[in-house]
Amino acid sequence: MNITINGNTCWAKPGETILDAARREGIKIPTLCHLSEFSPTGSCRICTVEVESNGSLVPACAFPVTEGMAIRTNSPRVRRARKTIIELLVANHPQDCLFCVRSGNCELQSLTQEYGVRTQRWTGERKRARIDIASPAIERDPEKCILCGRCVRICHEQQHVGAIDFVHRGFKSTVAPALERSLNTVPCVDCGQCVVNCPVGALTEKSHQKVVWEAINHEEKYVVAQVAPAVRVALGEEFGAEPGTVVTGKTVAALRRLGFKRVFDTNFSADLTIIEEATELLSRLNNGGPTPMLTSCSPGWVKFIEHYYPDLLGNLSTCKSPHEMQGALLKSYYAQKIGVDPSRIFVVSIMPCTAKKYEAQRPELGNEYPDVDAVLTTRELARMIHSAGIDFHRLPNEGFDDPMGESTGAGAIFGAAGGVMEAALRTAHFYLTGEDMKSLTFAPIRGLEGVKQADVKVGNVTLKVAAISGLANIKPILDDMRAGTSPFHFIEVMACPHGCINGGGQPQPASPEKIIKRTESIYQIDRESPRRNSHRNESIQKLYAEFLGEPNGHKAHELLHTHYVERDEF
Amino acid sequence: MQTQENTQHIYAKYPKGQASCLIDMLQEVQEHFGYLPDIEMQKVARHVEIPVSRVYGVATFYNQFRFQPLGKFVVKVCRGTACHVKGSLDILRTLENELGIKAGQTTKDLGFTIETVACIGACSIAPVIAVNEEFHGGLTTKSLVKLLSMYKKKANTAEVEHELV
Amino acid sequence: MNSYSRDCFENCWHSAERPCPHFVSCVNNGQQCECGDAVTARLEQYKRHLLMVEHDLPVILVGMGTCGLANGARRIHDAIIAELNTRGIAASVIPVGCVGYCAREVIVDIKLPGKPRISYCEVKEKDVVALIESTIMAGEVLTDKLLGLYERPQDSPWAALPLVNENPFFAKQQKINLENCGVIDPESIDQYLARGGYTALSTVINGKSGQDVINDMLTAGVRGRGGGGFPTGRKWQFARDQQSDKKYLICNADEGDPGAFMDRALLEGDPHRVVEGMIIAAYAIGASYGYIYCRAEYPLAIARLEKTLADAREYGLLGNNILGSGFNFDMRIKKGAGAFVCGEETALIHSIEGRRGMPRPRPPYPAVSGLFGKPTVINNVETFANVTTVFKNGAEWYGSIGTQTSKGTKIFALSGKVTNVGLVEVPMGTTLREIVFDIGGGIPDGKQFKAVQIGGPSGGALPVQVIDTPIDYESLKAVGAMMGSGGLVVMDETTCMVDLAKYFMTFIQSESCGKCIPCREGTKRLLEILERLSKSHRNETTQEESLLRFQGMVYLERLASVIKDTSLCGLGQTAANPVLSTLQYFKEEYEAHLYDRCCPAGACRELLTFHIDTEKCNGCGLCAKKCPEAAIIGEKKKAHYILEDKCIRCDQCRVNCNFDAIYVN
Repeated sequence: MNITINGNTCWAKPGETILDAARREGIKIPTLCHLSEFSPTGSCRICTVEVESNGSLVPACAFPVTEGMAIRTNSPRVRRARKTIIELLVANHPQDCLFCVRSGNCELQSLTQEYGVRTQRWTGERKRARIDIASPAIERDPEKCILCGRCVRICHEQQHVGAIDFVHRGFKSTVAPALERSLNTVPCVDCGQCVVNCPVGALTEKSHQKVVWEAINHEEKYVVAQVAPAVRVALGEEFGAEPGTVVTGKTVAALRRLGFKRVFDTNFSADLTIIEEATELLSRLNNGGPTPMLTSCSPGWVKFIEHYYPDLLGNLSTCKSPHEMQGALLKSYYAQKIGVDPSRIFVVSIMPCTAKKYEAQRPELGNEYPDVDAVLTTRELARMIHSAGIDFHRLPNEGFDDPMGESTGAGAIFGAAGGVMEAALRTAHFYLTGEDMKSLTFAPIRGLEGVKQADVKVGNVTLKVAAISGLANIKPILDDMRAGTSPFHFIEVMACPHGCINGGGQPQPASPEKIIKRTESIYQIDRESPRRNSHRNESIQKLYAEFLGEPNGHKAHELLHTHYVERDEF
Repeated sequence: MQTQENTQHIYAKYPKGQASCLIDMLQEVQEHFGYLPDIEMQKVARHVEIPVSRVYGVATFYNQFRFQPLGKFVVKVCRGTACHVKGSLDILRTLENELGIKAGQTTKDLGFTIETVACIGACSIAPVIAVNEEFHGGLTTKSLVKLLSMYKKKANTAEVEHELV
Repeated sequence: MNSYSRDCFENCWHSAERPCPHFVSCVNNGQQCECGDAVTARLEQYKRHLLMVEHDLPVILVGMGTCGLANGARRIHDAIIAELNTRGIAASVIPVGCVGYCAREVIVDIKLPGKPRISYCEVKEKDVVALIESTIMAGEVLTDKLLGLYERPQDSPWAALPLVNENPFFAKQQKINLENCGVIDPESIDQYLARGGYTALSTVINGKSGQDVINDMLTAGVRGRGGGGFPTGRKWQFARDQQSDKKYLICNADEGDPGAFMDRALLEGDPHRVVEGMIIAAYAIGASYGYIYCRAEYPLAIARLEKTLADAREYGLLGNNILGSGFNFDMRIKKGAGAFVCGEETALIHSIEGRRGMPRPRPPYPAVSGLFGKPTVINNVETFANVTTVFKNGAEWYGSIGTQTSKGTKIFALSGKVTNVGLVEVPMGTTLREIVFDIGGGIPDGKQFKAVQIGGPSGGALPVQVIDTPIDYESLKAVGAMMGSGGLVVMDETTCMVDLAKYFMTFIQSESCGKCIPCREGTKRLLEILERLSKSHRNETTQEESLLRFQGMVYLERLASVIKDTSLCGLGQTAANPVLSTLQYFKEEYEAHLYDRCCPAGACRELLTFHIDTEKCNGCGLCAKKCPEAAIIGEKKKAHYILEDKCIRCDQCRVNCNFDAIYVN
């Protein structure tokens, strides 16, 4: 059908919204509450446009186009309405942009600039609330919240957690955890999806920047960093690079310049995880279960199953997540190697994730010392680079330190949903058949769907596998498992949709285009790797020979495996 | 304080996992306790299989639900238009002053709760208040003070049974 | 035990499980089947009994709607029974709904065998003995409590007594939808049937297709009585045209407008009429299940509805195979939990689904995708009562009442500063003046009429200049108000229009769901602008505060228009109406607040100055004692004075002065 936008006739699909049609035409309509792939709520009204035929203002995000419709997206009436709405938001906002972590990257702030808000037109009572800082991963400042509801919908509909919701009504409305408790006393899984989708500074990660700076400047500390696979394809965005730009070498260089003594690659321990996990899978298959085995590298997912399906904890792989394995080895194997007392080693994980912050402080992860001392999100690392005055683009490409710097393509693809599964299958295939897979690209579990499943023939065994991302998608499968009807042998679960590349610690705001680009880059790293099978990682082979012994052996269990706790649902 | 088994009959009435029963269940729980205790909201959440945050979100949306126990006497002040033009705001202010609490609150001794309602529907005798379902109309600030002292005496002496809505 | 089930069911083949298509016509027009003359005679006799044409015992009917109860009807009811018992008099005492004359509650009607029905008003507990002694025992009319007779007797000394319908309050009314309210026992399905109840349903179900019903609705021209005035037939057509395995029907009985109680009166006084209308609507659109979403604040209405539904099911009028037609429809009551915004269709649907009652954008309209995603029609209580009327009296007849665009009658809840507070039903096109002055009896206490607020929080306040506006959807819109659900609040010279606007903004603001920004944030700012107007300069501590007062008025219209243009639902879109209409008609009052810092009506307390009339003051000192700020000084036995800058305008001195010596200006 044909419609007219701002006097230009264009084509539109029946049933689509004005917003979709306008975006395709390259016409920007501002939005706050809009979330692509979710049904519109029409709550912010900032996407107001004028329908010329009846002179009414309608929300572009929710209003379907009709044949011959004439729309104006920038008439004086529309601009005045939008500006007034922005002014109303500002009137009920702390306006402390100078102190806000989102300053410069805040959707409300950009709107005030775009619409030329220069005065405080409305003055009056402002919402008052306390900041909730008790959670180890996420901080909430309800005063900054503009009630767009993105976090609530993400938490309920995409993650099926429902840790937060709207409470109260009208001017007193706010977004809060159940019974208005603190986030750390409700079953929040710390995935941080709310944080990446928050348009303002109401939801942020718990910052570890200060402790990291202190450790770096501490004479006694031996501060080392490790970088997760998904960070290197996203960090560049924080410095204006195109989404998906691979900045591995510059990241390493930047970390060195920040003062880290050594910079390691979490991809190394991703390879290690594969060895351990594939071995565990085979032993479960041989010893009758329990299957399906569920992966355990996503701490948000681990917390989810502990809260909501504690009866299925036996199915969860006992492997620690890669950065915890790395931390454990850094404080044992590596400490021994360089002759530094483990108490002096301070491990900082650079992660695309907020749940890793929570994971790092789990008491069972570490012996005398925690395996990992601090976790920085991609965003925090960018802030540290900025504040250290490092010109990111002019950095040389540097390599990771040995011996925990070597990695294969299999470790790299941990960053994308389905990657762990694919990497594990490559190694499982080798263990079962003694040879590497012919084609290493595994189409059925690549792609952007939340649920991907496949039957994989490994030797004479057919494995039924699935890769799930986004916690809402796992629920039916867990229910099947409870009922004992699940056909699967092995299931990869990532708390965040599309995996770590879209993690809660990645650059804000999240968008589908960024996800596609970052995913492509992850697979590109794999393609271009000289070795693409975890079992081919020579440093790992050496590690087993020198230190760990057998995969799943005694020492490996002590350092690389963990146990879980049942948590209350409330 | 009522014990757990007392509310079992409420839960038994509703099928599990039916979110559309949520408000009905909360209403019954409140009828039972006079307010919504935290623990009951959690039980309701488990019963209808939705997150507690959602139950709490729904409960705080509606005027009817309370989260603290009520006073012996619940004084509902009608704030309908007819009552307003006949001075119900003065009635409310006087009441608040006399009891030392604001609308929506309960006195420390659990004697009185003040609530405002949009319209009791007794516009003919405006301004009107209802004390535990008993209507008092045609009030002035003077007559209110008298009325209140009567209830204050009652609150201090006998135990009062009142029906909760 | 219901008696139609005894007289008809027990003698015939049909039962609740096997309903008979002729049931309604049998009880109304005499028996249609082969059950024999004895049954016909019994049915006929029972009907005469129900209509109180033939009865042995005196019947006492006590008006026990909520307003009656608020005036002590329960105590009177109990006193009557006690008195009858002590005197050993046999009589039946029946609680009825509200006849609508709230100003004269409690209303007690007495029907003696063979005499016209007598209606007494303003009955107090102490009058019960006199009532029983004079009317029941002596057979005489107690004239000083008499409201009127229901019909004029040909003979007897009663011929000179007034009729109820001659009372000016009733004379200009046309009671169609309210015909049974206060007249019949609302809990008796038999009485409803005897007065032609369910004939509308019977005609529809035994001879019309769903499309016929919709066509008739369009012919009659019924428009939604909930406020918007959308043609009901068209709404039904949308839902009928949807293909779906399930469709729902919802009756919106979440009457939340302050000052409106029409729906409550209907539900309490004649619940079967509403239920009948719902069944007809369900038949027309093909709905299989319905909900009545009723405010929890209406416990009496809910209790009566429960009984109504149970009785209708027992008679085969509700449930499976209604009147043997094969049409299935049942419904239940959902209690609202107190949120004004749930009067909005999509919010109401969310509330029934057990969610926060927040509206969602339309389209899709509920008729396409509503409750649980199924096609759903939502109409309000009064609309359903009108549906019954259309099919009871005929679409053509209905269409002949009212104006060109607005058909039928409208029920209003008349309250505020008016003599005859109550429920009135008038044909569309009646002027506001007729309602306020003829029916309402004008303004009490010799005060001047100032405005009438129509349409509740979404409507507007109309001044004397436009009081001759006929009541119909378009005319009201033209003068800046709207039909709304039917609250009419009359205001006299002592009502301040700024205060009124502030009152409605406070209401809207506290009832805003908080979903969309213009309504959540905008109404708050609008309210703050109004609050600054009525704030005393003594409480303005800085110059900025005074500036804000002016700034607010400058930007008021901008804010109001954005709220109107961009809000998500009707509540927000009309939120600014009370402000805009008062600003339109009472601009000078706003200006007096803004510039002169005074309130001409004397309602905005902070802007008043309290004075002591030295002539009247005898120096008793009571005011000084009551003054919380020690702002009153004076020697004993001599006139006192108020220190203006200490006075906090608490009004305690004026309330407590026994000599009316304190005045304000």
